[in-house]
Amino acid sequence: MSQRVTIDPVTRIEGHLRVDVEVDGGKVKKAWASGQMWRGVENILIGRDPRDAWAITQRICGVCTTVHAIASVRAVENALQLELPVNAQYIRNMIILAHAVHDHIVHFYHLSALDWVDVTSALKADPGKAASLAESLSNWSGNSKAEYTKVKERLGGFVGTGQLGIFTNGYWGHPAMKLPPEVNLIAVAHYLQALEVQRHANKVVSILGGKTPHIQNVAVGGVANALAIDSQSVLTVERLLAVKEWIDQLSDFVKNVYLIDVAVVGGFYPEWTTIGRGIVDYISMPDIPLDGKNTQFALPGGHIAGGDLASFKEIKTHNDPYFKDGVSESVKHSWYEGGKGPLHPYQGETRPQYTDFQDNGKYSWLKSPTFYEKPMQVGPLPRVLGMVAAGHQPTIGYATHTLELVSSVAKTKVGIDALHSTIGRHAARAVGCAVQVDELARQWDLLLASMAKGDLKTFNKPAFPKGEISGVGIHEAPRGVLSHWIVINDGKIRNYQCVVPTTWNAAPRNEKDEPGAYEACLAGTPVAIPDQPLEVLRTVHSFDPCLACAVHVVDQEKQPVVKVKAA
Amino acid sequence: MPSRSLATRPAPALAMRIVVLGVGNILLSDEGLGVRIVERLPLSYSLPPEVELIDGGTCGMEMLENLEGLDALIMIDAIRAGKPPGTPIRLADTAVPVFFKTKLSPHQIGLCDVLATLAMLGRAPRHTTILGLQPQSLALGMELSSAVEAGMPKLLHMLVEELAMLGISASPLAGEPA
Repeated sequence: MSQRVTIDPVTRIEGHLRVDVEVDGGKVKKAWASGQMWRGVENILIGRDPRDAWAITQRICGVCTTVHAIASVRAVENALQLELPVNAQYIRNMIILAHAVHDHIVHFYHLSALDWVDVTSALKADPGKAASLAESLSNWSGNSKAEYTKVKERLGGFVGTGQLGIFTNGYWGHPAMKLPPEVNLIAVAHYLQALEVQRHANKVVSILGGKTPHIQNVAVGGVANALAIDSQSVLTVERLLAVKEWIDQLSDFVKNVYLIDVAVVGGFYPEWTTIGRGIVDYISMPDIPLDGKNTQFALPGGHIAGGDLASFKEIKTHNDPYFKDGVSESVKHSWYEGGKGPLHPYQGETRPQYTDFQDNGKYSWLKSPTFYEKPMQVGPLPRVLGMVAAGHQPTIGYATHTLELVSSVAKTKVGIDALHSTIGRHAARAVGCAVQVDELARQWDLLLASMAKGDLKTFNKPAFPKGEISGVGIHEAPRGVLSHWIVINDGKIRNYQCVVPTTWNAAPRNEKDEPGAYEACLAGTPVAIPDQPLEVLRTVHSFDPCLACAVHVVDQEKQPVVKVKAA
Repeated sequence: MPSRSLATRPAPALAMRIVVLGVGNILLSDEGLGVRIVERLPLSYSLPPEVELIDGGTCGMEMLENLEGLDALIMIDAIRAGKPPGTPIRLADTAVPVFFKTKLSPHQIGLCDVLATLAMLGRAPRHTTILGLQPQSLALGMELSSAVEAGMPKLLHMLVEELAMLGISASPLAGEPA
């Protein structure tokens, strides 16, 4: 008999995710991903000044504030064909990259590592053995026996009070937990160290963005940062030197801790390199522009069909019609008025029509985007595979190094095909993060070199024409391709649509009833204990859902997050 | 990276620090009343430097550093307490965990996580108070409802009194009622 498992946590205000799976014979047969809140922000924007849109779209989400700000100004600039001062690009690029590094570190350690790491098992670890193991893999300064002893003591005291706090609701002792106690202890120590390190990324965003959590420096036409060699009140060389120090510390952690932890965890869970494959049609976009017209980019992107890197078709610019013409969204299974078939975002409509959860009908507030009528996966895995396929050497280097380390831990050859999986998405995120932190340092160099030449320009004033113009703002955000589509008429917003990464990945079935990426990747996922669906969460969390599936913090006594019934 | 770990690092010695944190989503009308208070407070009062105003929106971990080692945290939020819309509500110390557990606020997860993390590190605020109003509408829109708008001066006054209890004097700016 099959069982229906519903995971429906009440989480962040930006709308939460409900996942339903039908389990039969210990495996997921069918899955449904449902966005449980209407995101109608687009309607708020209609009639407003396009220069104000970024500050409003920044509020769509508490996790991705900066990415919506960036995509929004890019959409308006694209519509105006406005060239930016190159310094504005460098400053934005640094904000983008520092935010991405922050996001990836926090995602791995604080939001998803506890799917793989059994915190209570760490109490059984031998700190000396943990230190020897960690020191054999990395020269990170926080891997000493003394450090692990302190962390273990601290954890023991914490668990002893019965107040697990942030560690409440982990599936401790679940049969799918496979790490040895020493590896669990290493991971817990790095969890704590990551809390410290993530601040460096936040500080970079804060200094450059004027404020955090909501940046204030972005403007249509550039950035509001005044650059100066010596003045006190603006972005000075002195402040930029502090930024460089934080970048260096992030770089140390990402390469000597994060990348290694992911490889070690992967090496202990080799079966997860074959789970969660799902959709292997990938799309990513180039980002980190190196010129004012968005024609050259530091990090390449493109389309991979059927998981075959040889099929890679590079998307060279944000104006590439291959991307712009390929996107459409279906609402056949979404709670919106439909009947017109899939619509291009410029023609997109957002008129709610709520039914209830209908397995074969409408069941989500998310639309279902497709690329040339096919569902896609977006995010770190498509991004990293795209960069590998494009021949981006730093990405190839980190990917190769990581897979070699996984192979040595797993004691078997693990190749690039292993990345098309649940654990592969984590590995790709770490590889991508290493590339991003290097690029962050390079953007810093470029900004200083530009300033040294005497170029301090950061803003070009926009002018809005009479009549109608339209544009798309593309950003390869931490969770994947983000696009904001704007239609401007006489200087006012006439239409606005956001196609966000989680919409691609958590999409409901499309016009042809094909499942979205989460749904497809969940099929075949093993489920040992239906009312503790840890394995389902592993696959969902591997995408870093932004409709945060934050079951680690929901108080289960008050609010059950898992419902199981016979189907 | 210095080798000092979180486990060993002592809380930094600092002067008195108080944060007034407005949380909520300004795109969902009354949901954003906490952010609106933080925007309005400095228009009516001048505050001493030990008080920091933060527009937290719906963010989480990004605020860890801002909220660590505080003498007091005053959080402003929409609070569902079954009262008439616009009613001022104050929850102090022991009522705070109840606020999070019973989900009176719809976006506590991120912030709850941050406070739990700070508690684990031994750097939670010494005192936490939550002030707010019963919301009327959480519909899409950037304006407050009339009932909540009418309650905003009361909430602002309550916040100033809360600061006074902490020994902080907020001076009314010229032309503004005290």
